[in-house]
Amino acid sequence: MELFGDPAQWLPLTFAALMGLSILIYVVLDGFDLGVGVLFPLAEKAEQDRMVASIGPFWDANETWLVLAIGILLVAFPTAHGTILTALYLPVTLMLMGLILRGVAFEFRVKAPDKWKPLWDKSFWIGSLITSLTQGYMLGMYIMGLEVTLFTQAFAAITAVFLTVAYSFIGATWLILKTEGALQLKAVKWAKGGIWGVVLGLGAVSITSPFVSDRIFDKWFSVPEIFLLAPLPLFSGLIVALLWYALRHLPTKNDSWAWFPFVATISVFVLGFFGMAYSFYPYVVPEQLTIYEAASAPESLFIILIGTLFVLPMILGYTALAYTVFRGKATALSYE
Amino acid sequence: MDTLILSRIQFGANISFHILFPTITIALGWVLLFFKLRFGATGDEKWMNAYRFWIKVFALSFAMGVVSGITMSFQFGTNWPGFMETVGNIAGPLLAYEVMTAFFLEAVFLGIMLFGFSKVPGWLHTLATFLVAFGTTMSAFWILVLNSWMHTPAGFEMRDGVAHATDWFAIIFNPSMPYRLVHMLLASGLTVAFLIAGISAFRWLMRDRSEEVRTTLRFGLTLGALLIPLQILAGDMHGLNTLEHQPQKVAAMEGNWETRSNVPLVLFAIPDEEARENRFEIGIPNGASLILKHKAEGIVPGLNDFVAEDGTVQHPPVAPVFFSFRIMIGTGVAMLFFSWAGVVLMRRRRAGVEGIPKMMLIALVPMAFSGWLATLAGWYTTEIGRQPWLVQGVMTTKQAIADVPAPMVASTLFAYLTIYAVLLGAYISVIFYLAGKAAKGEPVSVRPSAGQATANAVAAE
Ligand code: HDD
Ligand code: HEM
Ligand code: HEM
Repeated sequence: MELFGDPAQWLPLTFAALMGLSILIYVVLDGFDLGVGVLFPLAEKAEQDRMVASIGPFWDANETWLVLAIGILLVAFPTAHGTILTALYLPVTLMLMGLILRGVAFEFRVKAPDKWKPLWDKSFWIGSLITSLTQGYMLGMYIMGLEVTLFTQAFAAITAVFLTVAYSFIGATWLILKTEGALQLKAVKWAKGGIWGVVLGLGAVSITSPFVSDRIFDKWFSVPEIFLLAPLPLFSGLIVALLWYALRHLPTKNDSWAWFPFVATISVFVLGFFGMAYSFYPYVVPEQLTIYEAASAPESLFIILIGTLFVLPMILGYTALAYTVFRGKATALSYE
Repeated sequence: MDTLILSRIQFGANISFHILFPTITIALGWVLLFFKLRFGATGDEKWMNAYRFWIKVFALSFAMGVVSGITMSFQFGTNWPGFMETVGNIAGPLLAYEVMTAFFLEAVFLGIMLFGFSKVPGWLHTLATFLVAFGTTMSAFWILVLNSWMHTPAGFEMRDGVAHATDWFAIIFNPSMPYRLVHMLLASGLTVAFLIAGISAFRWLMRDRSEEVRTTLRFGLTLGALLIPLQILAGDMHGLNTLEHQPQKVAAMEGNWETRSNVPLVLFAIPDEEARENRFEIGIPNGASLILKHKAEGIVPGLNDFVAEDGTVQHPPVAPVFFSFRIMIGTGVAMLFFSWAGVVLMRRRRAGVEGIPKMMLIALVPMAFSGWLATLAGWYTTEIGRQPWLVQGVMTTKQAIADVPAPMVASTLFAYLTIYAVLLGAYISVIFYLAGKAAKGEPVSVRPSAGQATANAVAAE
């Protein structure tokens, strides 16, 4: 253990990185399937089935990244885990109910008697919507240091809307990739509408964060940090511009470039995420508790780390397998 | 009601709801693998039909298990922050290994198992089915390691009020783990055995005379008949193990107040904690001494040993433990009766399903959910029997409680209970709906969920 220097230093950092990674993967992956759920009522009946078919084989595994992220928070930073989750007690509960409503709807909507199908469709939509909104709300509260005032709640309400728009956007780009015909055209239209929301949302969070926290302000606007950070907004801006251009020309005749919006959106998410991670480091509870103060005992972290080194590549491997098996345009889901 | 009691009810409600579905998926995964392999070996369509029907129940149960499981993983933080702060060094790695080695495995391969049948080669589909079954079993393994450790903690030391791991082997193979794991896996097998038998009996009563139903009815009853004696044996051994490590729990299960010899096996009573005695007791003389100590004059510990000098009670609440234990045993005895009677009647003069009288088939339908009853009763015995401890001898439930206002917990509890009631109702009725549909010989395949294909399917139905 001593090989790499003081484990009390690098272990918490490693786990913070792992937790960040699983949050990022979660936001991208469940982001697109939640987004598809949010867009659900905008489509025709038959299209709705196709939308569900495009995420059916994936949603469960996508949500598992949330379980992993919360698991790492719980195992690596137990004190932070309690503080954050009790502070967010109500939104967490609401989010869980959203996840329940949408998760079971996948099954019930095709298995229950036909007359109940509209009800389960509604539950799928509302569940996805509640989940996205509450996650955005929690993100806002977290940025605001988990303090409950009228101002922070207003801010959180705004991030709630923006995150939902962002999810719908990545969901629309997923549909562009996975569908064809009229539905694909619609998805392009939805993405065109959503892109402005994404720009506004990124802008709002980037502008507000440094002004609510002096610490973040200093981290951004001092030399040389400001130059090192400059690529983040520049690249994001560039990608968004490309996206905007691409959306005006999609779908192409032979469906080339259908993958582009989805991949580009992922990179915007990644860049935004890095900006966020940079601003918060080293805190796990903003302005209250650093990852070093909150970390569990090194022996315990070490035993998890060993397992992670073996298992994480395997997880990534078979996740890739699943996405390969179900590559191409979404087809009808059937057990046969 | 205060935050403590509300949080306990909420946790109990959530985990009780969750466990219903893993109990089914753990064993049903293996059963599906068996159906598939039988089809591969015999080429007989009936196995494939059985597979097609039960994979739907599996998919539905799995989704319910996943969503309620996600709820569980947040419960520790929202309601029991003290738990992770005190024993997080031990509970944490165990939960992490569960996520990494079990949840991802089952969640990823579930997609291939359910929807990949015509997309991947046969061997890969069989492998996916195997990995899903294996993954659910691994989930059960890790969570039961943790739960058993909470009952019989080992391999750790306390430093500044926080548990630190000293020996992972001792933590994982803690004294009650093997017993609890075996008993739980058997419980899952029994739950599925009776679910299959009960639903098949229902289809039979709906005049479904397909080879598939004959086979699954016989399969369910035979599996039940094989597993129940093992379960009774495992339960007995589990009890002896508990006697060694948590005598106060066994005393509550037996409803035995005084430490003494020749303790009767109490069949029925109403334990009265005020008077510290049983009312209306009916018992078999020397029974408990015989079971627990294997001799009539064996000395069995009593509840009064667990009252401190100043009168504080250090044993669990007696009545709930006492009654839930009897519900579990009673259900087990009913399972023994039905499965053996069923197998004997079917074998007699090779009568097959026709050899089973109608009354018994009718009775088998509610038995479809007997596994749930026994499992829940068993868990209530175990968990309430551990109180007031959360981790036996290390921390009490009270020490783990979150600082959340009671009305907030009350409102979320109410919301959970409502959702769970609706979902449970929907789940059971959809299973019977699917069974009824299959019995009428309607196409067993689920509506494919896609544009044009839906139109065709609707036309076909
Ligand atoms: C189908 C379900 C089922 C059936 C038929 C039985 N059990 Fe059970 N029992 C369980 C399902 C279960 C369970 C839900 O799985 C529990 C809760 C915790 C555990 O590991 O197993 C349990 C717990 C449990 C305990 C408590 C262990 C502790 O102290 O923590 C004992 C002593 C027994 N069982 C004994 C028996 C006996 C003697 C049975 C004979 C009829 C029996 N069980 C049937
Ligand atoms: C799976 C079936 C299970 C059921 C039905 C169940 C049920 C219960 C019940 C009813 C209580 C409340 C006891 C009381 O109020 O006196 C309880 C407590 C608790 N159980 Fe379990 N339990 C199960 C498994 C587990 C497992 C696997 C764990 C741990 C990993 C666990 C952890 C806890 C904790 C932390 C409490 C403390 C809260 C409390 O006392 O209410 N349980 N459980
Ligand atoms: C406090 C205790 C528990 C927590 C935190 C918990 C957590 C979870 C989570 C998050 C999932 C979803 C995994 C996915 O995304 O695929 C899950 C599923 C599962 N759990 Fe639990 N669980 C608990 C208790 C139990 C118990 C007591 C058992 C069995 C003995 C069990 C067995 C399973 C199994 C087999 C699955 C996968 C199959 C299914 O979803 O039905 N869990 N659990």
